Amino acid sequence: MEKLKNPDDLKKYRKSLESKHRPDIVRIFICTTGCRALGADEVCKAFKSEIEKQSLKDKVEIVDTGCQGLCARAPVLTIEPMGIFYGRVTETDVPEIISRTILKGEIIERLCYAEAGKKTPYIRDIPFYGKQKKIVLRNCGMVDPKSINEYILRDGYAAISKALSGMTPDDVVNEIKNSGLRGRGGAGFPTGNKWEFVKKAVGDVKYLVCNGDEGDPGAFMDRAVLEGDPHSVIEGMLVGAYAIGSKKGIVYVRAEYPIAVEHLNIAIQQAKSLGLLGENILGTSFSFDLEIKMGAGAFVCGEETALIASIEGKRGMPRPRPPFPATSGLWGKPTNINNVETFANVPIIILKGSEFYKAIGTDTSKGTKIFALAGNVKNTGLVEVPMGTTLREIVFDIGGGIPGRKKFKAAQMGGPSGGCVPAQHLDLPIDYETVKEVGAIMGSGGLIVMDDSTSMVDIARYFMEFCQEESCGKCVPCRIGTKRMLDILTRITKGQGKKEDIDLLKELAEVTKSASLCGLGQTAANPVLSTIRYYLSEYEELINKKDTQSLPQESPATQP
Amino acid sequence: MHKNVTSTKENALAIDLTKCHTILSKYNQATPADLIPILQQIQNAYGYLPQSALEEITARTRIPLSKIYGVITFYSQFSLEPRGKHTIKVCTGTACHIKGAPDIKKKITEVLHIHEGETSQDYKFTYDPVACLGTCFLAPVMMIDNRYYGKLTVEKTETILKSY
Ligand SMILES: Cc1cc2nc3c(=O)[nH]c(=O)nc-3n(C[C@H](O)[C@H](O)[C@H](O)COP(=O)(O)O)c2cc1C
Ligand code: FES
Repeated sequence: MEKLKNPDDLKKYRKSLESKHRPDIVRIFICTTGCRALGADEVCKAFKSEIEKQSLKDKVEIVDTGCQGLCARAPVLTIEPMGIFYGRVTETDVPEIISRTILKGEIIERLCYAEAGKKTPYIRDIPFYGKQKKIVLRNCGMVDPKSINEYILRDGYAAISKALSGMTPDDVVNEIKNSGLRGRGGAGFPTGNKWEFVKKAVGDVKYLVCNGDEGDPGAFMDRAVLEGDPHSVIEGMLVGAYAIGSKKGIVYVRAEYPIAVEHLNIAIQQAKSLGLLGENILGTSFSFDLEIKMGAGAFVCGEETALIASIEGKRGMPRPRPPFPATSGLWGKPTNINNVETFANVPIIILKGSEFYKAIGTDTSKGTKIFALAGNVKNTGLVEVPMGTTLREIVFDIGGGIPGRKKFKAAQMGGPSGGCVPAQHLDLPIDYETVKEVGAIMGSGGLIVMDDSTSMVDIARYFMEFCQEESCGKCVPCRIGTKRMLDILTRITKGQGKKEDIDLLKELAEVTKSASLCGLGQTAANPVLSTIRYYLSEYEELINKKDTQSLPQESPATQP
Repeated sequence: MHKNVTSTKENALAIDLTKCHTILSKYNQATPADLIPILQQIQNAYGYLPQSALEEITARTRIPLSKIYGVITFYSQFSLEPRGKHTIKVCTGTACHIKGAPDIKKKITEVLHIHEGETSQDYKFTYDPVACLGTCFLAPVMMIDNRYYGKLTVEKTETILKSY
């Protein structure tokens, strides 16, 4: 491929791709990332060989895509331009899909989405998609993530081109500030302000880091974005690098995400060969290079100072802040760290303007949020909704409610740093502030639905075991505090709880919260506090019952 | 320190360092930041981190063995012991937990007689817990090598394990 030498080149390149685009062809979009786990690769192969066999190459095209959202129906596929959605497809269905749906336009009922016995063949009628607003996931499931051309066809790299041709770095920072975008990695820090700090920080070299560690169990949004639309993250990073004046970027990806690494590597190579990464991007004086670092299995490495230590090749332990990475980060240089989803929001803000973005969401939280919907809910999968959407809309309208005859009990939000939101708050419009008020946090977007068969004390114990194991051991309050709280919770679930245990838990929670070094310890007690707040009776019941009815036990916790 | 790291099991196996040398030859001017990627490649090549390979890394990079050992023991991905032919990763994430992962874990221990983090005596399986495989819609889920097994039941788990 020839390098694009200026913004006009990019436009011409897009035009040439458009002219080759064939609107008359039928395209079958198959998720081959998350759905791989249930045989999507085999389905894909079967389609390709069937198309070969029937010489349909001019009529039908197979597109390998990222996540299409409705993971509960995996493996899924969408057929365009008809807009037909099929789920639980196997290799053996393939010849029939070709002969009936593609060639004759018939619907195969057994593969359609069904709710209460009603079959819904068309994607536009499926309620799961109806209430969503796809900004970050705009391309996910609609493009082949291994093809830069498909990204460019959908206005890809137009945002960086716009920034480079008509905006100063200050303009970019102001646009992001004005959009109200807040960090999607958990804390919700205003992104524009962070960029401004790093831009103003003194240093010959500045680093830009993308946090793709996604350690929160039950969260898979960042994985889906990296796997399904890696170019949007690269473009977001390019814009950020231009704004803060960085030449060197690093994407830190969790060890458990091999497909994300594979797709990101391909995307980086393609961007380089088109001159969208590297020296003198689009013929300007702006240069930026990108490198991938793989994590090695430690939750605490998602914390920014620990992540920096890990990139430097050390044990991934956090350090006290200040100094913040913005002034002294990687190798002591000013470093800007943002989450994957944060970066993926950036191109749209630049392209459509901050006013467009600001119009979505609530007063304090703008734009959309992706949630990984899992647990006891019918439509598990990935959903993107405007900030301010209620929990009821997510769990019932989009998620389809609770399977079986069970009832909704709670939604766990924010993972090990979060809390359980009970049924009485189902109508809460979700944004950073409201979620905090009810004792959970927005976190990275894991949303785990629990039905009435779930024991809340067991959940508290589960998260404490997680935090205790993942505590890096550097600071005493976190190392010992989590251990003691876990001991008490284990004792209660074994039916050996004491009356004073609840007060003791609260006291330990308070100390661990206020005295720990990093966010891990500071928030480790949240699941305990939130379950005590809403489900005190469950604790009391277990304590009063003594060992008559203890909960099932897991293997004993390891020593700190 | 040397003795601590060396495992007796390893002495029984002769280590061919060719692969290690090939990996290290790409790092003529290694910096501390290269340590984790080097360890990852060596673990990929050998399935674990042999003591003799660690000594090669020290010699080549001048990073003290104690530092290397510190990094290895911090990250759960690294193993100083030879591992089984197959790796079972059982998800212990939240979604899997509420959908029955504890029972699956019990079943694995029952069938293979190994606990979390252990390798079976015949070196067929290593059993590692992992906090979320990112496929929560399959909960409860485990991975054997690169293959996912989702919507597990205890019966299904037993059949799968026995098929290896
Ligand atoms: C224990 C702990 C784990 C964290 N894990 C992640 C993570 O997996 N991904 C992430 O983006 N941020 C994580 N964070 C937050 C980061 O420290 C940091 O705030 C974030 O990456 C900044 O990006 P943002 O401003 O775009 O949200 C974690 C924080 C703590 C305390
Ligand atoms: S919780 Fe098991 S795959 Fe996410």
